[in-house]
Amino acid sequence: MPRLPVTKTPKPYVGGAFIRSESGRTRPLADATGTFFAHVPLCTRKDLRNAVEAAAKAGPGWARRTAYNRGQILYRLGEMLEARRTEFAAALTRFGARRAAALREVDAATDRLVHYAGWADKYEQLLGGVNPVSGPYFNFTVSEPMGVIGVLAPAEPPLLGLLSLVAPVIVSGNTVVALASEPRPYPAILLGELLATSDLPAGVVNVLTGLRADLVPTFATHAHLRGLSAVADAAERRVLDLGAAESVKRVRYTPDAPLAAWLREAAQGLEPIRAFIEPKTTWHPIGA
Amino acid sequence: MAPPASSRRSRRPAPELLFGDLWPYDPAPETADPRIRAEYDLFIGGRFVPAADGTRFTSINPATERPLTELARGGPADVDAACRAAASAFPRWSRLPGAERGKYLFRLARLLQDRAREFAVAETMDNGKPIRETRDFDVPSAAAHFFYHAGWADKLAYLAPGRTVAPLGVVGQVIPWNFPLLMLAWKIAPALAAGNCVVLKPASNTPLTAVKLAELLQEAELPPGVVNIVTGPGATGAHLLAHPLVSKVAFTGSTEVGKVILRSVAGAGKRLTMELGGKAANIVFADAPLDQAVEGIVNGIFFNQGQVCCAGSRLLVQESVAERVVAQLRRRLRVLRVGDPLDKNTDLGAIVSREQRDVIRGYLRAGVAEGAELWQAPFRAPARGFYVPPAVFTGVTQSHRIAREEIFGPVLSVLTFRTVEEAVEKANNTPYGLSAGVWTDKGSLILRLATELRAGVVWANTFNKFDPASPFGGYKESGFGREGGRHGLLDYCAVA
Repeated sequence: MPRLPVTKTPKPYVGGAFIRSESGRTRPLADATGTFFAHVPLCTRKDLRNAVEAAAKAGPGWARRTAYNRGQILYRLGEMLEARRTEFAAALTRFGARRAAALREVDAATDRLVHYAGWADKYEQLLGGVNPVSGPYFNFTVSEPMGVIGVLAPAEPPLLGLLSLVAPVIVSGNTVVALASEPRPYPAILLGELLATSDLPAGVVNVLTGLRADLVPTFATHAHLRGLSAVADAAERRVLDLGAAESVKRVRYTPDAPLAAWLREAAQGLEPIRAFIEPKTTWHPIGA
Repeated sequence: MAPPASSRRSRRPAPELLFGDLWPYDPAPETADPRIRAEYDLFIGGRFVPAADGTRFTSINPATERPLTELARGGPADVDAACRAAASAFPRWSRLPGAERGKYLFRLARLLQDRAREFAVAETMDNGKPIRETRDFDVPSAAAHFFYHAGWADKLAYLAPGRTVAPLGVVGQVIPWNFPLLMLAWKIAPALAAGNCVVLKPASNTPLTAVKLAELLQEAELPPGVVNIVTGPGATGAHLLAHPLVSKVAFTGSTEVGKVILRSVAGAGKRLTMELGGKAANIVFADAPLDQAVEGIVNGIFFNQGQVCCAGSRLLVQESVAERVVAQLRRRLRVLRVGDPLDKNTDLGAIVSREQRDVIRGYLRAGVAEGAELWQAPFRAPARGFYVPPAVFTGVTQSHRIAREEIFGPVLSVLTFRTVEEAVEKANNTPYGLSAGVWTDKGSLILRLATELRAGVVWANTFNKFDPASPFGGYKESGFGREGGRHGLLDYCAVA
């Protein structure tokens, strides 16, 4: 008699724990062949608020880590993703990606983590600096994290899209509440499991699953989210911009694009980091 | 062991010299001719044109309440014409070699320096701020901003190594009345250096130096349409920022109006720089050099009659020295001279308008009603004009409106603290995050506070210092984006 496989209950990763939605709501998720795969939690506004709280709690500790330490933690994530390359590729192919594309996506996601790991102790020397003011003052600008940033991942590519938005935000000491791809949430669930066993402190990255229509308005208006990094359509952008206005929230949009665009070198770099730091300038007199 | 004699002496309060009214200052008015015309038009496409509907409004001198000049009241049709002029100038201007663009900006800096005294007098008459400030700060700083950014125009590639930097197109800019010419320079200089074209609307209270600057634009032979200046009411500014041809919005003003603007451009995909309000904490530790700190407190809140977004309006003073600091502060404020802004000895001039004077008076009443203790420097009000003498509230708690809301006037709220943690918590306990001040002799404490204060600018043992090379801008609801330095310039560029 063939052995009955053990199926997994997909759970969002919040505050270092695997949660079910407080609402108890789920939706059935089918794989690319139409076969039932699992029930995926439909997170609510309340779940989002809890996740923001977890991210806010993790923030100061994460920001105080040395840049070298944050870089090593991101690199370690890359190491772990590389080791689980086939598992992640299988999670992508199961929901419709072709095998070659899935491997390309996982490899690019690993490389992206390594790319941003290297930025951790370098962006400051490019973004900050000493300013030559015309007076007897020592004047310098440093880059500080903003706080908790909301991430709205694209539908596709579900892994690389999410990581490309999350990595540049956390590398500078921000923490994240992310909403996974709505049609293909499973790679993000799997990523949560990777994060849980990484050295990333609990609460630095929180990944919710659910419907964008339920959650976008709260991402827009939640006053403790200091910024949003989103892939969003025109109607959502309007909702996000309107909500962001209430607390003067910083918003950065990345265009919705196929996998090929996310693979490009131009999809990474200093600009996505710069979008979520606050330059702080300090003046001090020079003299006795 | 007895303390050394010098230390015993320093504990004794310094004897106070009381001059009273014995030796009054003679008037020392600045007499340079501001060369103000009776009427000004809009500056669109390199020419002065009247408003499409032919209407005008009056700008008054807040120190005398007398009319200064009549200006064209620009409306939607004028905004549209200005945006189209800017859009048609953009292809040529943005393709001009950077070095050539820079030379126009160098010319502007020089032309402004040439006519500095004239501009300073005009600014003082239009705004009410003391001539000492316009002469020594506003106008020279404005020229410095043009000079600084001129040098960037042919070096944009160094802003983002490994990436390409391009201008954004037409920039819509709306500026406030507190530093009319300086805010204009902060806005126009980086926009032009990056290769953008500009439509700027100055504040309706203080449009004079903007239209005077248009004369300099002509003298500099700036290509028509590169900078357009539309005077008019707030609604005209709102219309400008929401205009479809405007791809970048740069606004300086209150957080309240900033939010209205953010809502009005929601979903439009415009790039934004918002320089909004503040409620800065100026933190004085017991070990601070108190004489210098008191000067810093005075400069922090009474510079420009306190009409400064980064004004140090909340004084947080360590409990053990609070009484001494407040006493010293009052002694210093008694000898500040409030009055004719054109007098070279004046420290505090006029409030910009009757409305703003009434807003400040409203806060003075609110502070008293909520239980804080008000002290105002003795003051003889001139017969006409809008004046408010320096005001200090003691016994203020964090929940008082005067400690929470931006007043934009010469009103200081004094709060106390015991520990460093308490100081940081109180300083950060505000939706704003524009600036902060720290006074202490201890270097490591300065660096700790510079790290923990959530503010875009931290002044340590100084306050209210500005420079074209120094990025300025806020955290949280004080806005986003920076002005000045490499940071400010990048906000006028598309990086690809």
